[in-house]
Amino acid sequence: MNLLLTLSAKLALNFHAPTIRLRQALAALGVLSTVLSFPATGADIQAFVLNRPAGLAERPVPISISGFSGEVDSALKFDLTIAGFTNVAAEQTAILVSGSNNGSVQGKVTDRINRAVLLSKAYSGGSLRAQAHALADDIVQLLQHHPGVAQTKIAFKVVNGGSSEIYLADYDGHNPVALTQDHSIVAAPSWVPGKRILYYTSYKLNNPDIYSHNLTTGERKIVARYTGLNTSAAVSPDGRQVAMILSKGGSPDVYVSDLEGGNLRQLTHTKEDESSPCWSPDSRTICFVSRLRGRAELYTVPAGGGAMTRLPTVGAGSVTEPDWSPDGKTLIFTVMRGAGFELATVPAKGGQVETLVAGEDPTWAPNSRTVVFARRLGGGRRGLSLLDVPTKQVKNIVQLSGSVSQPSWAR
Amino acid sequence: MKHLIFTNLLVLGLVLALGGTGCKHPQKPVTPIQGQNPTIRSGPIAPPIDLGNRIPADSPNSASTIPQIPANPDGSIKQGDLGDFEGRAMDREAFKAYTVYFDFDKSAIKGSEMSKLESVADYLKKNPKDYVLIEGHCDERGTEEYNRALGERRALAAREKLAAQGVGAERIRTLSYGEDKPAGPGHDEAAWSKNRRCEFVRLLPKE
Repeated sequence: MNLLLTLSAKLALNFHAPTIRLRQALAALGVLSTVLSFPATGADIQAFVLNRPAGLAERPVPISISGFSGEVDSALKFDLTIAGFTNVAAEQTAILVSGSNNGSVQGKVTDRINRAVLLSKAYSGGSLRAQAHALADDIVQLLQHHPGVAQTKIAFKVVNGGSSEIYLADYDGHNPVALTQDHSIVAAPSWVPGKRILYYTSYKLNNPDIYSHNLTTGERKIVARYTGLNTSAAVSPDGRQVAMILSKGGSPDVYVSDLEGGNLRQLTHTKEDESSPCWSPDSRTICFVSRLRGRAELYTVPAGGGAMTRLPTVGAGSVTEPDWSPDGKTLIFTVMRGAGFELATVPAKGGQVETLVAGEDPTWAPNSRTVVFARRLGGGRRGLSLLDVPTKQVKNIVQLSGSVSQPSWAR
Repeated sequence: MKHLIFTNLLVLGLVLALGGTGCKHPQKPVTPIQGQNPTIRSGPIAPPIDLGNRIPADSPNSASTIPQIPANPDGSIKQGDLGDFEGRAMDREAFKAYTVYFDFDKSAIKGSEMSKLESVADYLKKNPKDYVLIEGHCDERGTEEYNRALGERRALAAREKLAAQGVGAERIRTLSYGEDKPAGPGHDEAAWSKNRRCEFVRLLPKE
């Protein structure tokens, strides 16, 4: 008993925990003793230690990463930090991530306390960076029980001088590729779920028009080119419809059509302007911004048509650019605070707003946990950053000579 | 904190109780990384939409042409088109003095701006073959798509006023640039107040 207490106290100190009272220690050991009767494997231990209730506020989970070098080391650490882990000394955690990258990446996850190997993998093919991302995703799947996002893509807008183009990159901003070279103005890239097809607004033909762009074939089609504004295309999660903002009816309103722009239906009929439609995961509801009551607020409308209903955002002033998490639980959006912009969330049914970090125009990753967004850098420039919502860890990812904004996460 | 301490104790207890038995050493599978997905063309997008006339580079005093939108292969023009506005040359000088300004986050036309709208309306009533393009703009103190819609709402508000003064609405086209085309550099209220505007562009009669 004494030995256990001493050892546990030592571990407790290593975790920077407050001093534990004897009574609490004995109570904990009492619980411990009943669990001792069940067989346990390494996987059970790590599942217990790391299985945290999903919630909006979490501490980063400590792990210790060693053995990697160069780009593999930096990519792996980046991926795991933004996934909600923090890299600490080996003595300060139970979970060790070790490996090497001589020619190709090999990685191992070990439970230090139990000396259990939880994962052991080698990777081949692709670049070392790609292998590092694959290892990161495997670690995230192991420890968080859901897919990682280290191998996903984002699209965004890059402004240089008076014109802007649409770009594609890895989720961490690496390997950027220009998708347009129109020397015009573009806006609002938005992915078709599960496909390499992007919708965006382009002024190429002297009007803001909505295009679909097949990234595999290069083919582009005009989806909406009505007089006035055609913008903010958002494809439904079931991939069947696209919501957009058109002003052809006399005021910017929410419309829905099929993917080619046919079967157009008008969903809002207000004199004020609507903007930024986004879809519920079941593709049945659209959330958007309206200035119906004189300032930017969130509303929902059934995708099949019906009344628009205000979605309360208590504690926020003007609310813009919402995005609905793929798990359906949370809306993230931009609020104005004084002279600046902040990311904020609200439960999908509305309620109290929680602000997160400075930034704007967020979009959810497929994991409903990571978000890519834009930050103002001063002098009218913006750059892109990633946010892990539960731990609030932020990483800056794209800063080019021009201004980078309006990111969209492929999901 | 209690949670952490408890779990530390649990782990420790299990270690001591089990003495390291029950550990699995998984096989070491080799995970092949797929090659890059089929290439995205990073050069010029193929095939580009073929414009009959290329648009000349924007210069302040040039009259530039809005290109014709080509028909689809089957002859139909789908998804809307600019109708009677297509193919008209643009003149940015005629209404240069009549730019209308707006309050922050508002699209209402202020009383103090009405005389400029009246001047534009007068001209258009006297020149019934001319059309007009109203460009709506915002300052940067809003997010981009919100500003794109607000700029459009401003242009439509100006259009409504022109129509109320007897200019046919079918002669008035709106185009919002959101915050993409500020009137000048600067990031203070002096600059922002100049960005919150509608500009009027005369569209010449068709040849």
